[in-house]
Order: sequence, then structure tokens, then C-alpha cells
Amino acid sequence: MRHCWMALAGGLVALALMAGCGRKPTQATKAQKITIAWAQWAPADYLSELGKEYTKQTGTEVMVEQIPWPQYQDKIFAAFAAGDSTYDIVVGDSQWLGRCSALAGNHYIELTDWMKKNLDASSIVPQALMNLGEYPKGTGRYWAVPAETDAVGFAYRRDLFENPKERAAFKAKYGRDLAPPKTWQELRDIAAFFTRPPELYGVALYFGKQYDTVTMGFQEVMWSFGGAYDDPKTYRVQGVLNDDAGVKALQFYVGLKPFTPPGSESFGIGKECVDAFNKGLVAMAEDFFAFFPGLADPTKNPHAKVTGFFPSPAAIGPDGKERHYISIGGQGFSVPRYSKNQETALDFIKWFCQEPVQLKWASLGGFTANKKVLASEKFLSATPYNRAFAAAFPYLRDFYAVPQYGELLTVTQTEWNAAVNGQKSAQVAMDEVAKQHTAILKKAGFIK
Amino acid sequence: MTVTLARRRRALSDYQVKMLFLMPTLLLLVGMNVFPLIWSLHLSFHDYAADMPGRPPRAVGVANYTALLHDPNLWRNFQVTAEFVVLAVAAQFLIGFGVALLLNREFKGKGLITTLILLPMMLSPAVVGLFWKLILDPNWGLLDFLIRPVTHASVPWLTNDRTALPALVMIDTWMWSPFMMLISLAGLNAVPRHLYEAAEVDRASGWFKFRHITLPLIAPLLLLALIFRTMDAFKLFDMVWVATEGGPGDVTKTVSVGLYVQAFREWRTGEACALAYVLLVVIIALSSLYIRWLSRIRGEA
Repeated sequence: MRHCWMALAGGLVALALMAGCGRKPTQATKAQKITIAWAQWAPADYLSELGKEYTKQTGTEVMVEQIPWPQYQDKIFAAFAAGDSTYDIVVGDSQWLGRCSALAGNHYIELTDWMKKNLDASSIVPQALMNLGEYPKGTGRYWAVPAETDAVGFAYRRDLFENPKERAAFKAKYGRDLAPPKTWQELRDIAAFFTRPPELYGVALYFGKQYDTVTMGFQEVMWSFGGAYDDPKTYRVQGVLNDDAGVKALQFYVGLKPFTPPGSESFGIGKECVDAFNKGLVAMAEDFFAFFPGLADPTKNPHAKVTGFFPSPAAIGPDGKERHYISIGGQGFSVPRYSKNQETALDFIKWFCQEPVQLKWASLGGFTANKKVLASEKFLSATPYNRAFAAAFPYLRDFYAVPQYGELLTVTQTEWNAAVNGQKSAQVAMDEVAKQHTAILKKAGFIK
Repeated sequence: MTVTLARRRRALSDYQVKMLFLMPTLLLLVGMNVFPLIWSLHLSFHDYAADMPGRPPRAVGVANYTALLHDPNLWRNFQVTAEFVVLAVAAQFLIGFGVALLLNREFKGKGLITTLILLPMMLSPAVVGLFWKLILDPNWGLLDFLIRPVTHASVPWLTNDRTALPALVMIDTWMWSPFMMLISLAGLNAVPRHLYEAAEVDRASGWFKFRHITLPLIAPLLLLALIFRTMDAFKLFDMVWVATEGGPGDVTKTVSVGLYVQAFREWRTGEACALAYVLLVVIIALSSLYIRWLSRIRGEA
């Protein structure tokens, strides 16, 4: 019996020693595996595919954990709250930057110095780098590197737009050729022209209450009309957000509702607008470009071969000036402070930003922020919508990235969805947003 | 060695053995229920965001409670919740009890029909919310397909401010009326037959039998069912979140939806804890009213 116990104890000691010896070299060298958290969608599949290439080159396994969109933010922030070291890279929304930076939650490591040494920032489109990585804006402090840069765009039915009878009827009614709209005002005319209920409606727009849907849809119209969320220097909201341009923009956006299908008040990102288009219910549909692969796939969209794409248009504001702004989408790579493999994670990000890798990323279907790749014919002709996506780039703008973005977003989602639904007038909704945003920003110390 | 173990086993008193069995449950209860309850009460008096572990809670006294009481949005959420509870629980009670009265007799296929009626309450509320969202879709939903020949237009049930709350009441009623039916049926089956026989000898009317025999005897059970449903409806979250996310605007934003947004979308943990306690007090107050009513009925019986 005693021999048995001794043998067992000896075995355990040997195992412990082996485990100890086995761990040491791994700590000294780099991790053999990194885990990347991202939402469940096509670009995450592309990243998974690209990760295999990285494994081939370096031996480091790249695991992409895909979390369904509705739970994505909750799960990541819950992991941060617990100091969970599961994720070595988080592909986070631009709105999270403030809350995750060292200035608030301190979840992301700062990448400013690392970027200076390891990345050629001039190779990245400035709008993408600023909106997806910098906080506070204009300070040169970076917390993320653009992974998937996205923009709001439109799909349209070329078969309808190019139909000679439709073209003649449109020209007779509006005195101009039927073509993809250059301004929101033109878009309204086209939407009105194609509204023939219940078979066909003009357009499917972001009106829904889900996460940031109606905010992403309306803010680009507001900016293009000459409106703004606040005074960028003082954060003053009253009299800025609810000024004439802002109110007129909301009146215009709400005025598009008669040209959208019934129930469009709940149309959200990545689903309902695209579904309406696939089912032939609308002539035009709004969505982020990253959700357009399905529209180019004939097995999902029966009109795939006659589907065209254009970026969100400009607008003529109440002052008669034409402006052009588009809501930015996509996310950047950030390294959580809790990761035990930060060095390996940074190596992967550095590798990802290389031009040949960006070309590969683009060939898989990813949207690059690399200037050269973005301008290359290879990228522009890779999909039917890449050209429209590249055209959107100069006009990209973003929502707040301050730590209180969640509170600010709840307000815009509730009020603008209520306006779209006819519960509130544009003026009342904008006044209410201005009032509540002022209170939130004042409490947070942004408004003195 | 065996002798030593046996001696040690004998040394355990009855009390120790009891504690040994109770300890795992007690530890779980304290760890999972009591501690979070006390901790959240503590946090409700603090300015704290759970997603910022580096920032310790800052004591703010009753400021979170004061802010809640002055928040017009919260009162609006309470109003929506109250409307929902009254409409849904009343509809479930009437339908459930009515169906139970119909089923309270012997007929062919009674077992199968009862089982089929019970199916909705066995589903997850999130799943129910999701498939009703599809059924009520104004463009390709089943209900729209069925009623369009009559209405000649689509009805955006879940996105119109006038129909969204009634639609949610309808979904909840579909799901939970079977629960009311089940409890009512159990109560009806427990009424002694000889009471009805005696009433029949006295040539009592159907209404008299219902009013003076059936109702008093099953009232305690019905009240229990009402307590369960009221408490459940008051904290309704998943079905609403999936079907409308509280929209359009804030027309269907119940207190629980507001609580979730505050706690996990805006990470205002301290204020969310305060709201959770306000909700708890309201539910306890409502339940006490029911229980008092129940005691009075039992006393009368």
C-alpha cells in the first residue's frame, strides 16, 4: 500500500515538474494561439480564413469567436467588467473607443506609440483611422487600428432603373433622367416614383429602434443638411442639434416614410432592408456595404444580376448648400488590457496592415482602409459594390465616441424612431434629444 | 484505518449531519441570492458602472432614488407596464377560466385538447416573441395574409404606436392563458361533487351553483394564479425585447426593458440597482394586496 502511495506522489511531482517546465518556454517565447472576438457576420468569416494564412506563416493559431450581433456589445463589456483574459483582440465599434480607453474604462491598451514604431499611418485612409481608432478626436491618441471599414450605401434595381418605359415616365414627370440619385432630394423623387403599393415601394431605410439603426440612417441626412450633434469646441447641443437644418433634416427623413413598405419603422441593420430588397418589395434599399454580399449572390437575391449599388447621397440643405456626409460603419482591432498574449496580438495586427495582406483581405471580401489597395483596380472590381464603397470614403463621419455614447444613443433611438412613427413632430423630437443630450453631457462634465 | 473512519463517522451528531446536508444549498443560496441582493442594495446608493472595474463605487446617498423619482421617462415606463399588466392578466384570467369551465366535463379527446392548449406556455418567451414577430409582419406575415382580403391594407401591428401594446398583450395572452386554464381546471376538479348534487336537489340554478359553490371554493387558487401572472407580467422583458425593443419610440418600453437598457446598454449600474429595488418594492406591494385578499377569502370560506 505504502509503495502505491509513494508511486502516486512521485508521479504527481513528476507531472507538476513537467507542466512547469513545459510552460516556461511558452512564456518566454510568444503565444501559440490568439483569440479574436467579433460579431457574427461575413467579415468575421473572412478574418477566420485570413487567420489560416497567418498560422501558415507564423505557426500561431488564430481563432475568431463570432458572437451574434444582438449580444455582441453585452458579451464583450461583460467580459471587460470581469477582467476576462479570453480575448486577445476585440474588433470593437468606433463608439466604444471613449468608454474603453484609459480615459474611462481602461479596457484597451493604448496603441499610439506602438503605431508610430510598427505601422505606416500614412498608408491608412485618414477618415478610417480617425473614426475607428482615435479618441479623443484630434488628439493623436489611438486605441484601435481599422479592421473592417464600412459605410452606409444603397442597392438599387438596375432592371427598373434601366427600363425604357420607366425612364420615359420618370423623365416626363421629373424632367431629368432616371439614374442613381446624387442627392437625398433626388432619392425622394425616385422613391416616390417607384412606390406602387402593395407590390412595390420606393425604398427601404434605417428607421428601426434596434441598437443604433435609426441614428445611423438619419445622422448622415442631418449632417448633409448642415446640421450637427453639437458645437465641436464646447459640446453645446441646444440650438445646434435642434436648429433649422436639424429639424428640416428630420422632417425630410420622416417624409420618406410613405415610400417605404409597411412596418418599415422596425427595419434594422443587416436584415429587414436587405430582405425587402431580396423579396422584390423595394426599388432601393439602404444598408452597410458589409451586408451586401448576399445581394450579389443569385441564390439569395433573385435580382442579383440586375442589382446596382451607390453610396449614400449628398443633400441640399435649407441654406441651399450641397453637403455630403455618410455614416461610417465597421470596427477596429483593439487589444484588451486583460489579454495575456498582447505581444502576439499586436504582431497579428501589424501583419494584417501589410499591403499584400490587405489585398488578400480585400479579395476575400473584406473592406480595406489601405489607401493603395482601396484605389487598386483589383479591389474596385472584386465585387459589384466595391466601387460604390470606395466612393463613400471621403465623406465618412461618426456618432459620438465619448464614454456616455450608450446614454446618448438611447435618446436618439427613442426620439427619432418616435418621429418616424408619427408620435412626435420633428421639432419636438429634436428639442427632446437636445434637452436630454445636454443633460447627459453636462453630467459627464463635457459641457461646463 | 476502517475502524478510525467508522469512529469518526459515529462522532458526527445528528445536528452536524443535518448541517452537512444543508450546507451546499445554504452556500448556494447565500452566494447566488442573498449576497447579490445585499450587494445590489449597497450599489444602489453609489455612482458605479460595472464595466469600469477600475473605478470604485462612489457614495451618493439617495441621489439615485431621487433621480429616478424625478425621471419622467421612468413614470412613462411604469405607466406602460401597468397598462400591460392590467390588460394581459385580465385577458388571461377571463380566457383561461372560460376555457377551464368548458373543459370541466367529460368528452372524447379531452386529454389531447388539454395538452394542445397547454403547449404555448411550454415555449420560451424569446422564441414566442420571435415567431409572433414573423406572424405579425405586415409584408409577409401569416396574419397579414389572412386578414388582407378583409382589411385591404397591411397592419403594422408591432410598429404602430396604437397597435404595438395591444399586440404584445395578445401575444402574452396567447402564451399564458393556458396557465390560468390549468390552475382553474385543477380548482374545478377539486370541488366536491356532492355539493352540486345537494344544490340540484334544491333545484338551484346554474348561476347559483357557480356563484355560491364553484367560485368560493376555487377563489384561493385563482388568486394564486393571478399573483403569479401579475408578478411575471410586471417583470416582462424577453418577449418585449425580441418583438419591439420597447418601440416604436417608447410605447412598449416596460420597466424591465428600461432597467436592462440602463444596466447593460448604458452601464449605469448604481441607478439600475436603485430601479431594481423600486421594482421589487412595487411587486412586493402588489403581491401583499393579493395575499391579503386571499387571506380574507380563506377566512370567509
